[in-house]
Amino acid sequence: MTENKNLLKPSRPVGIVGYGAYVPRYRLPAKEVARVWVGGRGTGLPIKEKSVPGLDEDVITMSLEATRNAMKRAGVDPAEIRAVWFGSESHPYAVKPTSTIVAEAIGAAPHVQAADMEFACKAGTEAMVMAMGMVGSGMGRYAIAGGLDTAQGKPGDALEYTAAAGGAAFVIGPADESLAVINAVYSYVTDTPDFWRREYQRYPEHGNRFTGEPAYFKHILAAGKILMEAMGAKASDYTWATFHQPNAKFPQRAASLLGFTPEQIEPGLLSPVIGNTYAGAAIIGLTSTLDVAKPGDRILMVSFGSGAGSDAFDITVTEKLLERRDKALKTQDYIARRTEIDYAMYARMRGKIAMK
Amino acid sequence: MEIARHWRLKEQRYNLTGTVCTKCGEKSFPPRRVCPKCGSETSAPFTFCGRGEVYSFTTIYEAPTGFNETAPYTVALVRLEEGLLVTAQLTDLGNDKPEIGMPVEMVTRRLRSDGDERGMLVYGYKFRPAVV
Ligand SMILES: [Zn+2]
Repeated sequence: MTENKNLLKPSRPVGIVGYGAYVPRYRLPAKEVARVWVGGRGTGLPIKEKSVPGLDEDVITMSLEATRNAMKRAGVDPAEIRAVWFGSESHPYAVKPTSTIVAEAIGAAPHVQAADMEFACKAGTEAMVMAMGMVGSGMGRYAIAGGLDTAQGKPGDALEYTAAAGGAAFVIGPADESLAVINAVYSYVTDTPDFWRREYQRYPEHGNRFTGEPAYFKHILAAGKILMEAMGAKASDYTWATFHQPNAKFPQRAASLLGFTPEQIEPGLLSPVIGNTYAGAAIIGLTSTLDVAKPGDRILMVSFGSGAGSDAFDITVTEKLLERRDKALKTQDYIARRTEIDYAMYARMRGKIAMK
Repeated sequence: MEIARHWRLKEQRYNLTGTVCTKCGEKSFPPRRVCPKCGSETSAPFTFCGRGEVYSFTTIYEAPTGFNETAPYTVALVRLEEGLLVTAQLTDLGNDKPEIGMPVEMVTRRLRSDGDERGMLVYGYKFRPAVV
């Protein structure tokens, strides 16, 4: 097999030293959105329910909790972290980084790089690849990368059923300290107008017919296929797979088109019960998979961000997972902590009621 | 606008960091320069583990300016595992009724906006029902 020059592989092997997830407590059933906007028509709902952040939560507080979980598992000295990078499309400030606050709160400041990424739902994996570059080049021993969102859909729009909150964070470090080694990444990016939000606009727009085939499927399938070919791997060589999940159907179909079985994507398929966590969606599928994986398991993860692009990761779990997994709350612990709300409470919590 | 004060308090607010007396080991929150027990003036920063239980609580319906966005909310005296009491908001109660003895854990949340929607966001500790 000749090495594919388009693969992203650092000169020093890297991996995931610690990982952490976060999902807020509140849930809005899709049938509540249908009750308010389409007279309760309940057929063909894209998910069962979505997570909703509390009144005092935002991407900064959620990033911090996911990072604290990742740091508990990693058990590394925060002073050895050289970068803190968070991807999101809902950073609370337009100007002032989420990442500086997280860096300060975990004790990584001041000897650190800090910046916020933006690439729709792929901003989290974009940050992970940057962290791989920093660690793999030897510029720093550890780097933190994550992706979380408190996504908003226009009231009544198709996206309102799924736009949710949550995500994950990772401590990236040397492969020999990792609970999962990242063997290689492949990124596939084009200029595609499938979804966007202009400056000062509250809600995103989507190019209807553009969202499925020319955007999600084209990029996910290309990235997944090219990475697997380059690694000389078939779907059956992976124990698990997880994909960006804007609803329940898209990742199931992408998985099947790439040759994966429903069992392989089961632990990472969370959109039916938490919705689309945007920059957090593919990577919280990964944390949920790591929560149940065994040493030696191989995982394919493919993100997708509108605009558009996909990052595909080939990952192998190591023995170190077993001793670190129980050091922090698991993804399913957060999912089980569930309080259902109605549309009126949701409208208040998401700032949809005009107060002035 | 109290930007300087928020900036000065960020360490204790983000992580529940107080002090420990280097002479007698007495722990304090908020941080104290002089030990309330032995009077020593040498102390080191100490970050509390963040676990504890509700000692007493009250629910606020008429919130002071700056806090109305999240009213009604519950304020509790929390007995930390290290033994001392701190006052903080409870959060993520869902449909749970707060009760004395409820196990809680520290989380960092948005406390308020300093001024209107143009002001800086202030983050700090609250407590939620322990997840597991
Ligand atoms: Zn003393």
